[in-house]
Amino acid sequence: MAINPMEQFEIHRIGPPLHLFGYDVSFTNQSLFMCIVVALVTLFFALGVSRPKLVPSRLQSMAEVSYEFVANMIKSAAGNDGLVFFPFVFSIFFFILFSNFLGLIPGAFTVTSQIIVTFSLTVLVLGTVVVVGFAKHGIGFLMLFVPKAPWYIVWLLVIIEVISFLSRLVSLSVRLFANMLAGHTMLQVFASFVIALGAAGAILKPLAIAPMLMILFVGALEMLVAFLQAYVFAVLTCIYLNEALHLHGEHH
Amino acid sequence: MELQAAKMIGAGLACIALAGAGNGIGIVFGNYLSGALRNPAAASSQTTNLLLGFALCEATGLYGLVIALIILFT
Repeated sequence: MAINPMEQFEIHRIGPPLHLFGYDVSFTNQSLFMCIVVALVTLFFALGVSRPKLVPSRLQSMAEVSYEFVANMIKSAAGNDGLVFFPFVFSIFFFILFSNFLGLIPGAFTVTSQIIVTFSLTVLVLGTVVVVGFAKHGIGFLMLFVPKAPWYIVWLLVIIEVISFLSRLVSLSVRLFANMLAGHTMLQVFASFVIALGAAGAILKPLAIAPMLMILFVGALEMLVAFLQAYVFAVLTCIYLNEALHLHGEHH
Repeated sequence: MELQAAKMIGAGLACIALAGAGNGIGIVFGNYLSGALRNPAAASSQTTNLLLGFALCEATGLYGLVIALIILFT
């Protein structure tokens, strides 16, 4: 009755094996669910704004609310000139949000529980930050790493700032990945308790209701985490973009 | 077999990270509540910071989990 809680994160090949320049580029369940996520997001917004009315329908108002939600997030974190990056932040937020929620459906694969996906998104975000910073400030972007301080402490702070900038690469990707991994593993572990107790005999069988209730609560918590992690990823993206746009945080 | 046992102990020790995460989440929500009860009008404007703080705290505990997994599966 041993169930491996990590089995749900395994990547299987769907269809024929494909090789390109020495890399395995076969279509996997990972790619399938990424396609589903992109299709769902596109469908949601295409249907939501296809026939706009003055008094919005439920779907249309959901699309409008999510637009305003992301726009307000960017405005409060990166100022009005951060709105140039609205499509970028919006796509990242909804890709992560939909893949987190799709992963909560039993049997579905969680795209964001793979470190390579979250790491690629992080590289995209921080790459954008660096490119935007150098494009806007030129070599002056490096002043981001030099805080205002007396000369005898500044050299130490520069080292700390550089390390903290580089560690964002790890923290931003691992945060999302670990949250998804931990939540789904926990659900699976409680599910294995239910199966073990159910198979244990007539006396222990009613006890299986306890881990089942626990699955319910953990599932509810996971819904919160699924939203919160997408939100945090998007907010941190805005904060990093704000630093690239206004070097030492003088927006408003 | 000895290495396997040491790995198990190491993974268990990595769970100590949860103590810090628990402390942090308690501090985040506790301080938010005490601030919000003193000045309820300003409370709703700070929910962004509350959620951000909660998520950042929670993530530190999960780094422990990642380290435990790395220890167990390498």
